[in-house]
Amino acid sequence: MMLTRESLLNWAMIAALLIVPLAAWSLDEPFIITLATKAAILALAGVGLNIALGLGGLISLGHAAFFGIGGYAMGILAAHAQNYEPLFEWPILFEGSNQMPLIWLVAVVFSALAALVIGALSLRTSGVYFIMITLAFGQMLYYFAISWSAYGGEDGLSIWVRNDFPGLNTLDPIQFFAIAYVILCLALVFAARLARSPFGLALAAARQNEDRVQAVGLTPFTLRLTAFVISGAITGLAGALFADLNRFVSPTMLSWHTSGEIMIFVILGGVGRLYGPVAGAALYIMLEHLLGGISDYWQIFLGVLLLLIVLFARGGLIGAIAGREKAHG
Amino acid sequence: MTYILVLEQILNGLQLGVMLFLMAAGLTLVFGVMGLINLAHGSLYMVGAFAAAAVAGWTGSFLLALAASLAAAAAAGALMELVVIRRLYRRDHLDQVLATFALILIFSEGTRWLFGSFPLFLDVPAYLSGPVSLPGGIEYPLYRLTIILIGLAIAAGLFLLIARTRIGIQIRAGEADREMIAALGVDISKLYTLVFALGAALAGLAGALVGAIQSVQVGMGEPVLILAFVVIVIGGIGSIKGALAGALLVGMTDTLGGVFLPQLFTLFMDPASAASAGASLASMLIYILMAAILLVRPSGLYGGSA
Repeated sequence: MMLTRESLLNWAMIAALLIVPLAAWSLDEPFIITLATKAAILALAGVGLNIALGLGGLISLGHAAFFGIGGYAMGILAAHAQNYEPLFEWPILFEGSNQMPLIWLVAVVFSALAALVIGALSLRTSGVYFIMITLAFGQMLYYFAISWSAYGGEDGLSIWVRNDFPGLNTLDPIQFFAIAYVILCLALVFAARLARSPFGLALAAARQNEDRVQAVGLTPFTLRLTAFVISGAITGLAGALFADLNRFVSPTMLSWHTSGEIMIFVILGGVGRLYGPVAGAALYIMLEHLLGGISDYWQIFLGVLLLLIVLFARGGLIGAIAGREKAHG
Repeated sequence: MTYILVLEQILNGLQLGVMLFLMAAGLTLVFGVMGLINLAHGSLYMVGAFAAAAVAGWTGSFLLALAASLAAAAAAGALMELVVIRRLYRRDHLDQVLATFALILIFSEGTRWLFGSFPLFLDVPAYLSGPVSLPGGIEYPLYRLTIILIGLAIAAGLFLLIARTRIGIQIRAGEADREMIAALGVDISKLYTLVFALGAALAGLAGALVGAIQSVQVGMGEPVLILAFVVIVIGGIGSIKGALAGALLVGMTDTLGGVFLPQLFTLFMDPASAASAGASLASMLIYILMAAILLVRPSGLYGGSA
């Protein structure tokens, strides 16, 4: 593998995301570890969106739906487990669960199913229709969650104790960080392999020239729907982790601001860049932490920064450092 | 359930529909003429409402407040177009989404900084408050009736503007072929600013009119923006006629669904679960409507090719 400036930068970032919390752990600064965990989880959500957005060219403004479904998968399973109320009794008695692997599986399956339905409807259209329709479906789930009083409605659901992972103490910040970090790395490896696989190449080709892809006998709709489902599933997994980080899930996770924020992570870092979401989420968390300390209205600065990046620095952070060459997007 | 209740809810649906039309008209014009998706349209709605609330607070005059909402939203819209939006026409939709999302952050937080987080109140003036008796024995709030009439009048005016005036011809020509109308000597960038400011003024007026019924607060534009998106997806992007049809359809569906679905569910459920299941389904009804229309007509009721 050729060591370009971008791949050096990628290694540096992924190393920094590990070193900073380890240093904080040795200095006994749990808050920094929590910030790093949050950055890793949000980066994971961005990696999911980036498969649809960067690789597939699908501008989804509805990824909060999958993030939120992942969150509610955690909330509902864990709430039933902590209250000893069976979730269902037929065909077998199931009392919910506080085991992370099972929760993740449920989060991935349900967000993939939602992505399948939303994608199948939305991908009938393209361009600006697609943006608005994904936004509308995301908002539909948001309003549904607000009106769904069985699971907290507008107030959301709180979980008393973080869920378990076999062999680890998840309440220890550094161990929970390790879980999030390993999952992020696995997702990055998966996304890199996906981009280079025949499927990924066909998907990128469908983005660049739909007619030619059709001419060689592939179906752009199927390619895009598959990408959308994978993308939604990864974002859903991030949602389950995010809810577990906060031990809380609420309709806010489903709101379109969340969709916009996930998109911001991808863009701050550089769209179509594999590690773009990592850079973007880390930058976002730093900005939130630093600017949020200066002013309650820090999102004005975020808005101005985002505007400047979109208007003048379209490669994002990675593009600014590594140059414009070789974005896979 | 009496027919008076039904008629009253139909009027409420009409009121929501015409307000959605004021929002959707600007969005769909801007998309039709400039090919731009503007998420910050809800911010202009909010600017109009805040301008109206501030001016009503200073002067006590509701008419001045409405004028202020039009002027402030049009000015904010023109400024937005001159500084940011015109750089985006040649960009792809992703850049447009991001830049206008950034504008939302700036407008929302800026308004919060200026006015604080607490909602402001804009009072319905005395001469418009109270109920009015309609034929058929319906008592209906005069203010809501006024909103319906203002909305319908503006819709008619907009149709005339687009069908009959020189500006309207230029707007339609701009939708059909941008290069050609520039070649014919129309100052296209001035036309763009004008269309954008017009859409902004309509959104601002809607914000002020609705602000007197609900409270005036940061973020008030966003739920309306998303409903307006549903409206233009249903109606067909770029079509004013589609925006009107979509707005009335969404207004009616949302209002009538919210009232009658829970009652419908009581026919085969106990009241408590009927209320919650009905409310849940009602909150999703317009999106289900949108999905159903997309299945039949992917480019909306009046849309050409997407």
